[in-house]
Amino acid sequence: MQRGTKYALLLGSVPFITLVFLLPAANRIEPVILGLPFLLFWIVSWVFLTPFFLLAAYLLEKKYNRPEEDE
Amino acid sequence: MSPALAIILAFVVASSLLGVLAGRRVKMNLEMWTVGGRRFGIVLIWFLMAGEIYTTFTFLGASGWAYSRGAPTFYILIYGALAYTISFFLLPAVWRLGKRHGLHTQPDFFIHRYGSRSLGVFVALVGVAFIIPYLQLQLTGLGLIVHEASNRAVSAETGIVVSFFLTCLFVYTSGIRGAAWVSGLKNVMMIVAVLVVGFGVPHIYFGGIGPMFRALLREHPEYLVFPGATTGMDVLWVMSTLLLTGAGFYMWPHTFASVFSAKSSDTIKRNAVIMPFYQLPILLVFIVGFTALLVMPGLKNGDLSFLALVNKSYPSWFMGFVGAAGAVTAMVPASVLVLFASTLLAKNVYQTGFNPGAGAERVVWLSRFMVPVIMVLALVFALYLPNALVNLLLIGYDGVTQFFPGVVLGLLWKRMSAAAAWGGLATGLGLVALLVLGGHDPLWGLNAGFVALGANLVVTGLIAVSGAGRKRA
Repeated sequence: MQRGTKYALLLGSVPFITLVFLLPAANRIEPVILGLPFLLFWIVSWVFLTPFFLLAAYLLEKKYNRPEEDE
Repeated sequence: MSPALAIILAFVVASSLLGVLAGRRVKMNLEMWTVGGRRFGIVLIWFLMAGEIYTTFTFLGASGWAYSRGAPTFYILIYGALAYTISFFLLPAVWRLGKRHGLHTQPDFFIHRYGSRSLGVFVALVGVAFIIPYLQLQLTGLGLIVHEASNRAVSAETGIVVSFFLTCLFVYTSGIRGAAWVSGLKNVMMIVAVLVVGFGVPHIYFGGIGPMFRALLREHPEYLVFPGATTGMDVLWVMSTLLLTGAGFYMWPHTFASVFSAKSSDTIKRNAVIMPFYQLPILLVFIVGFTALLVMPGLKNGDLSFLALVNKSYPSWFMGFVGAAGAVTAMVPASVLVLFASTLLAKNVYQTGFNPGAGAERVVWLSRFMVPVIMVLALVFALYLPNALVNLLLIGYDGVTQFFPGVVLGLLWKRMSAAAAWGGLATGLGLVALLVLGGHDPLWGLNAGFVALGANLVVTGLIAVSGAGRKRA
């Protein structure tokens, strides 16, 4: 596996860890942040951050992988 | 004619005309009709995919679930973000294969990868069987919205028939390009409607979103954590549902095939990067559902809470605009669904199954001919047999997700064989039908479709490793 792909997969695993596997720990009301109960705040924050992780993955792939041929 | 009705009609007709215009000066061959000549850049791809994904029931359903079930509705906000992350890694490979071998549909992928025409026909038939009830659902939702938003001046049936005719028209003339153009207008209307209502109603009744949540915490604190107002949808159900729907998102025949419309694999990647932002408006849809719960409790059908609250809070012309946005939001997915149901039947059932010698021209002719046929079928179900396909609808998402192992392992794993794909698919689909229709969903607190996907993966893996059904080289 190319180095860029490895970094990208690492970054791509973040939404799965935070938005799936850490949900049991986030399943509570307090503290209320920015008017949102904690569970909803947690979910909205990580959905909002996902594009930034994917952007980083995209840039790292560009930097470390051979350019892909589309023909 | 009331202002609300005039607004609905104007927007619906204008968007359909836009769809027809999209196909002007383009020669409609199979390549153009189904995959837009593989020329869509980032904007058109975004229009198309956002258009397919945000269906009427994202909105009626997300607010309805917030209203009647509470926290379990949050999964609707999350699963898209997971699906786009998967798509970032998965879809460029699908696209490259499609480009290199001229694939147009999901069954094309299976036929190419596994060298099995019968598998292709089977995948096509399963796809069509899940598309038609989904199409029916769009038509029913559209009828409901037009009926409510016109202040009951238009019957649901009239709304369905008129928009059905217009949708057929622009699919027939412009194919996938028409859907993408209409979706551009649809996205703008929908975002305006959601922003206005989502920020507006909590402000009108509580002075803001924060105070609305404080009121909700006083009255229904259980709504804000899993399992909300339900008993079966606890955190384990949410987690398994997220993994299932995240994997299944691009396994619908129409979402899968839209990938082929992109002009490069880079377009697909960049689209995957920006798409999660588009999930965020769903938060506002939840907020509308929660506000409705506090302001107008006791509605019989929670799915109507969005429309009921708009009706109570805004002048009728704005209700008309929301109705127009809702109607076009149903027409775009309906157009893509009917397009791919037709193409699956023409290309992968007729051509692959019965007449491999048929030329591309004949296939595109038959595809276009099938558009009104499929639409009439969905129309008949929507108007006269509303409950006939309800079982297929119930298992739709769980069902299409069973394609996931065949697609992903097919791309990654040399040992994957047609026998393994057949075995896994049959196991997965069989279990889904057995569990969901037998009333065993959730099973052990897990989404039953997820259990079936697990069994599917195990069976697929075992057959592939055993090498059964492999041709000796």
